Amino acid sequence: MLDFIVKRFIQVIIVVFLALTVVFFLIRLSGDPTTLFLPPDAPREQIEEYREQLGFNRPLYAQYGDFMIDAVQGDFGESLRSGEDALGLVLQRMPATFQLAFAALIVSLLIAIPLGVLSAYKRNTLFDRIGVGLSVVGQAIPNFWFGLILIFIFAAQLQFLPSSGGGSISHMILPVFTLALYSISRFVRFTRSAMLDVLNKDYIRTSKAAGAPTSSLVMKYALRNSLIPIITLVALDLGVLLGGAVVTEVVFSWPGVGRLLHQSLLNRDFPIVLAGVFIIAIIYAVINFIADILYAYVNPQIRVK
Amino acid sequence: MNATEVMDNQKDKKPSKVKDFFRKLSRSWTGMIGFSIIVLLLFLSVFGEWIVPYDPMDAPLSKGLLPPMTDGHLLGTDQLGRDILSRIIVGARVSVIIGLATALLAGVVGTIVGVIAGFFRGWIDVVLMRIVDVQLSFPFILLVLVINAVIGTGLTNIVISLAVAGWVIFARVVRSEVLALREKEFITAAIATGVSKFEILVRHILPNIFTPIIILASLQIGTYIIAEASVSFLGFGVQPPEPAWGNMLNEGKDYIFSSWWLITFPGIAIIITALGVNLFGDWLRDTLDPDLKGE
Repeated sequence: MLDFIVKRFIQVIIVVFLALTVVFFLIRLSGDPTTLFLPPDAPREQIEEYREQLGFNRPLYAQYGDFMIDAVQGDFGESLRSGEDALGLVLQRMPATFQLAFAALIVSLLIAIPLGVLSAYKRNTLFDRIGVGLSVVGQAIPNFWFGLILIFIFAAQLQFLPSSGGGSISHMILPVFTLALYSISRFVRFTRSAMLDVLNKDYIRTSKAAGAPTSSLVMKYALRNSLIPIITLVALDLGVLLGGAVVTEVVFSWPGVGRLLHQSLLNRDFPIVLAGVFIIAIIYAVINFIADILYAYVNPQIRVK
Repeated sequence: MNATEVMDNQKDKKPSKVKDFFRKLSRSWTGMIGFSIIVLLLFLSVFGEWIVPYDPMDAPLSKGLLPPMTDGHLLGTDQLGRDILSRIIVGARVSVIIGLATALLAGVVGTIVGVIAGFFRGWIDVVLMRIVDVQLSFPFILLVLVINAVIGTGLTNIVISLAVAGWVIFARVVRSEVLALREKEFITAAIATGVSKFEILVRHILPNIFTPIIILASLQIGTYIIAEASVSFLGFGVQPPEPAWGNMLNEGKDYIFSSWWLITFPGIAIIITALGVNLFGDWLRDTLDPDLKGE
């Protein structure tokens, strides 16, 4: 097991390293951003001076080397716009993103697991069909559009929830449900099939035959045994939630990393983009790492491989 | 009985592939819905510009923000007075092109990588799959966004961005299919009888991985269409004034408090499209590969 953990941990480091490398070169290949910050009629010397100041005149490999050495120490340079520390800006926005993602995760679980369990238990009834149908539709709805519709209904028409910003519980409701929509749809289908898997097992049939009450059958045996695959999926989906958070944050002007990253991409403020990619790569890799370990812990076959 | 007669007879006994397809399709109403939506989309993307009620680019400012069902505008007009129905119809082409072109590009690249990794194994397999692992450990939509922001907007670039972010899934699936095929008896027999590697690849491996690739592609297209809409909504992707559903939503979001129709209808178009493609993909998977049924 320890061997497995060490191997996977090394992979995490490689992931983060490669993500940074790729984004660095992508950004540099698209040209240096100096022209964006100086007036179009700026004299040639001023452009050169500015490029030199920011280090864009040096050979690419030298820029890359310096960048990596600094990045390892957490130094991604300053925002090209505001001059603030890039990593600091990203870290400052982290709590808001986590808040949104975790709230959405909890809401999805609270809604999806009971629905999925009921769907499996009432298999092929009208309830089941509607449940499955809604989750199929839910997966086809772009979450930003769902957010816009929620804003229209609850902020514009009914006027009892704010459409943007952060800070209070009422600010959270719309973004959280927006972000949760896709996870709910996925979790319902997944819980249902995990439950059906277990409900078809011999030991369930035997206890049914032995006269165990249905409710305890479902809650005590079936749900408990199908929780394992559900937990793994949930851990894996946290990453998807973080990706979805970018779009959701923009829709609701939520003060998180996603919105910061979006603005920085629009402004071509690359130090912030790199710092943001770095942090997201780390979080994503760590989540996958934990999910893998969880999975290996549950399923010993993985460890041997 | 001569040869052609024999063939004709066989034809009569065996229903043609097209007939077989529709016979199977008619048994599944979800498959039917999906297929109908896809046919409608293809029709609109080819003939859309001839059936639109108004010129989708024509912007008579005096007719701005008309609600649905006024002045002959079934779905209303946008802030510049452009007819929303016409823009949605013409915008179908963007979604269809993006879905198909991305699936093709990502599918071809992913298949080549997957076949190389699965067929030749060894160090090249290790290297390629490590790259796939690394890329899969980054959120898809974020990757598309960053790539698109860097290489630039526009239809071609959004397809490239989506394909660069999307080929890895094809590579992984194709590799595992090839690995499973290699162990099959007809392949080991071919190897034993001295058939060249190239011939095995072209005559035995490629035809047999075609079905899973098509299934995967059909299931991915919905993801690409939604991702494009998201990226265009964020101000990258397909740029205005070219009508695409994502950028219609981006422009419409500023009028959300006054004019609901600007954001409602393009969104419904996206949902119907993604739903249609997903339903058809699910049906295709269940029909062609019953082992995978219900994941």
